[in-house]
Formats: sequence, structure tokens, C-alpha cells
Amino acid sequence: MDPCACCLRAFIFGGVFGGILITTNRATYPGDTFFRRLTILFALALFLLVLVMAFQLYREAQPSLQRFGWPFVWGREWDPVHEKFGALPYIYGTLVSTLLALALAGPISLGAAVYLAEFAPRRLKATLAFLVDLLAGIPGIVYGLWGSFVLAPFLRNCLEPWLGKYLGFLPLFQGPPFGIGLLAAGIILAIMCIPVMTAVTREVLEVVPAGQREALLAFGATPWEVVRLAVLPYAREGIIGAFFLGLGKALGETLAVTMVIGNRPEISLSLFSPAHSMTSVIVNEFAQAVKAIHLAALIHIGLLLFGITLLVNIIARLLIYRLGRKVSRWKQVE
Amino acid sequence: MEAGRIEVRQMANSRIEPKPGHFGRQLKSSVMAVLCASLTMLVLGLLLLVLGYILWRGLPGLSLDFFTKPPAPVGMRGGGLAHAIAGSFILMGLACLLGIPWGVGIGIFLAEYARKGFFGEAVRFLVDVLSGVPSITIGIFVYTVIVVRMKNFSALAGGVALGIIMVPLVARNTEGILRLVPQGLREAGLSLGLPFWKVTLFLVLPSAARGIVIGITLAGAGVAGEAAPLFFTSLNNNFWSVNLLEPVSSLPMEIFRYATAPFAAWHELAWTGALVLIGIVILVMLLARLFLPGFEIRR
Repeated sequence: MDPCACCLRAFIFGGVFGGILITTNRATYPGDTFFRRLTILFALALFLLVLVMAFQLYREAQPSLQRFGWPFVWGREWDPVHEKFGALPYIYGTLVSTLLALALAGPISLGAAVYLAEFAPRRLKATLAFLVDLLAGIPGIVYGLWGSFVLAPFLRNCLEPWLGKYLGFLPLFQGPPFGIGLLAAGIILAIMCIPVMTAVTREVLEVVPAGQREALLAFGATPWEVVRLAVLPYAREGIIGAFFLGLGKALGETLAVTMVIGNRPEISLSLFSPAHSMTSVIVNEFAQAVKAIHLAALIHIGLLLFGITLLVNIIARLLIYRLGRKVSRWKQVE
Repeated sequence: MEAGRIEVRQMANSRIEPKPGHFGRQLKSSVMAVLCASLTMLVLGLLLLVLGYILWRGLPGLSLDFFTKPPAPVGMRGGGLAHAIAGSFILMGLACLLGIPWGVGIGIFLAEYARKGFFGEAVRFLVDVLSGVPSITIGIFVYTVIVVRMKNFSALAGGVALGIIMVPLVARNTEGILRLVPQGLREAGLSLGLPFWKVTLFLVLPSAARGIVIGITLAGAGVAGEAAPLFFTSLNNNFWSVNLLEPVSSLPMEIFRYATAPFAAWHELAWTGALVLIGIVILVMLLARLFLPGFEIRR
């Protein structure tokens, strides 16, 4: 047991129990004190969980962290036999497929959310929202199955040749159509992000105070002008936050991507070519990682993923909270 | 004063006699509304496309055998995924054992003790952030903590991983529902001299039970389809197993294995497995909504 881990543990447990004990006790019944401390324990245990998770990933990735350091991020070689590891092809695949997903899903979910929040008849609203939730309830593995048996052949036979014919002058749409590849991964991820982004964007649009809309309506604005001039600008932070949430979900999605991205560690500008992603390399090679350094390199990728998604989610939540505070300030003024 | 009146009159007139361009603005508004509606239809169309295709491919393979028999050897027809269905339910049960008390506990803390204040905000933020952490990293974490220590993959580890994923989902939903419970109910209980914990557990929680349970089923449904963390925890098992300390099979893992195999018969099993998985998820979601007794307190 290394001293660093011991210190961390002492610090964490001291913090947890100290935190519980110093909470002021204003209760008349002994049961109340106990119950309050129990719920605080649950909450503190969550802090503990996240701390331990970060620490554990960091410790297990230690061999790789020490040996490769930051160049791991832009190293292009991944060779378990010669113990050379660089994660750039995987980071590239994840980044491109995710951005593609966001570019596809963003406008669609924004439009759907605007319809659900502003234009939809009141009776239809609940049903439509439930159906969108249903789309979110379909497991990722099922999307992967659908993507590899339905979407990939469709892309190979129809969409990709068409794109190559008419937009082939762009480097994005060159090369032979494989079906599976970055484009397929992007589309599947987009389908998976849409429900999350739609639901959150809709919630965000619905908290925009009615006064904002009424002010414009009083000027004789059309419904669309109300949306464009009053609702969307007011909810801007929240909408960006919702997009970041979708981004976080797309970054961490594993099996659906693994099944359609092609699992080939190449860096190619073309969206048609197979690629690899951070999540799929972990899933594919975890069982075969006999060498400690190989396992550490995989966990190193996991650590990077953890860091990135944590950052993305923190940004998303801060943006959404900012909108919430703006709304509550408005309500105080009213 | 006089000038102001004239302005008001002008504005009133402009409503009655549309200025040039008014028709164009109305048209643009209608066009945008139709565009947004058609984007919604596109999303629903995607849902129909995926669900319909799975129904079409999965339905022929659906039979009683599928639920009661283990898979047939390669090359033989028939067989089912009984072991995977059982494994999925075992994993779900374990996940609920961990996720429900922990999640509901945090929900109670956030709604009853920490509506305001720095610590409550911090916990709320953490719960939100944790709900965005990819399931694969949670799987790796549980692998390093449980699987490495116990030296084998086990259903227990899988349940713990799924349970951790459930916690933030259950917690935020529980908090939201509890906040909707009228304050008067708590005050009525307290005025009778009940301790606060009894008020919370026996008055507030039951009156919000419907909403909380719907939230739990949603979280459970979300977790039932997770396969990524299972690669590092419960792995897979070709045989019937109910031992919590052994690897156990599950529907998502079996779908993945069958879908990536080169046999057509296995692909059929994968489609039927997907159909059953979605069926379980949707059935649970619908049943909870339709048949749970209680008050309609929902977020």
C-alpha cells in the first residue's frame, strides 16, 4: 500500500465522518438526528465515490502515465507487441464522430424542442414527449444492432455513393464506400443524442418566463418572431448546455459505436473510412490485454475519457444553472 | 403626453391595417412552425423505423422456447436465451438493491434537508455531473475495485456497476417529486407531534410513491440495456447460472455476441433478443405509468 493512497483514504474517511458529526443538531427526537445523518452519509458517499473513481483510474493508469505522459495523447502508434502506445487515432475517431453527431442532431433536436415547447397543441404535448422519452429508452446495443444491419448497408449502397458523386470534391466524401465508418458512427450517435438534447432543450425553453413572450406578442409579433427574438436568446445558455449534455452522452457511448465504426485505428479525412474510438478500443482490447502496460494504456484512455466527459458535463450544468438563476431573478422582480 | 397618445393610436392602427410585409411575416411564421413540426415527425419517424424493423426481424424468432431454453449449439436451429434473461434480471435486482436506497436517500437529503445552501448545491451538482459520466468508465472503476480484488468476474460486480449508474438518475427524480409534495402535509404531520423522520418516511414518501417508482422504473429501464460496464464486471456466461460470485450472462451482452458473430441463425437470435429487451423496457415503463396506485405527482 503506497503512502499516497493511505493519506487519501485517511483524508476521505476523516472528512466523511467529521462532516457528519459536526452537522448541527437541532432535532428534538433522537431518530431525527440519526435519519438526518443517514441521508448526509448517502450524499457524502457520492463525493467519496467520485473521488475514489478518479483516484482509482489514475492509479491503475500509473504505468502508462509514467512511461508515456502527455505525448500519449498525440502519439499515433498503437503496438501492444512492441509496447508502444499512442491514442491519437482513437481520440480522432471519437472527436470526429461526436462532432458529426452534434452537427446532425443539433438542428433536429432544436427544431423538435421548439415545436414541443411552443407550437404543439396542448393535448399532443405529453404524448409526443413520452414518445421522445421512449426513443431515449431504447438501449444503445439495439441501436448498434440496427446500425450494423440496416444503416451500414444503406450507407454503402445508397447514401455514400450519392455523396461521393455530388460532393466528392470535398475531402470529407472521398474514397470507397464501406458502410461502416465515421459517417455511420456519427449518424447512430446523432440518433442516440436527439432524445436527450430534445428533452433538455424543451425543459429549458419551458422555463423562459411568460412575460418575455407576452412583451413581444403585445408588439404584434408573429409566433415565430416570439421564438426567435424572445425565447431562443433568453434560453441561450440552457440550449448550449443541452448540446453539451448531448456531447457528453455521445463521447461516452460505447457499443453502438463499436458496432458501426469499423474498429480500424486510422486517421483519415474521409468520413467514409472505418475508424476507431476511445470507448471501442477499450472494449475490444480489454480481454486480450495480458501485459500490464497494455492494460494501463487502456485505462489511461479511460481516464482521458473520464476527464473529458467530466469537463463537458460540468460546463453543461453550469450553463443550465446560469439560466435557472436568471429565471429566478426575473421571478423576484415580477 | 400628447405625443405618446399619438404613438399609441398609430400602433393600434397598425394592428388593424397591416403594414406591407405583414403577410410575409405571417407566412414565415407558419413555415417555421411547419418546419419544427416536421423535425419532430422526423424524430418520431426514426423511432418508428428502429422499432418497426426490430419488430419485423425479431418477431419470427419469438416463441416459448426463447424464454425457457438455453441456446442451441452452433449450426442447430432453435434454442433460446433463457440464461441471458435470467442473468439480466439478476443484475437488475442487484442494481436496484444498491441504487434505490442510495438514490432515494440522496433524493430525501436534497429535498428535505438541503433545498438551499452551499452543500446541497454541491451535492446536486455532483449528482448531475455523475449522471453524465460514461458507463464504460464506471465499469472500469468497478473492475479495478471489485473484480481485481476478488480475482474473478462476477454478477455481483455487474450489479454494483449498474447500481452506481442508477444512483444519480433515481436521486434527481426523487428530489424533484418530493419537492412537489405540498408543504402543508409536512406541517400537518409535525403538528401532530410526529418526529421529522417519521413524517418523511411515512407521510411524504408514500404520497410521492407513484412518481418515485416511475422514476425508478425509468432508471432501471435505462440501466437494463447497458452493456458497456458489463464487459469489465459480469462478463458473460454460456450456461445457466444464478451464482452471484460467478460470471453471468445478460441480454445486452448476448445480443452483442450474437450480432458480431458470422452466423445467420445467431443474428436471428440477436434480433429476437433485442425485441425482448425493448419489450421488457417498454412494458415496465408503461405498466408503472398505468397501474401504479397513488397520486399523480410527477415532474
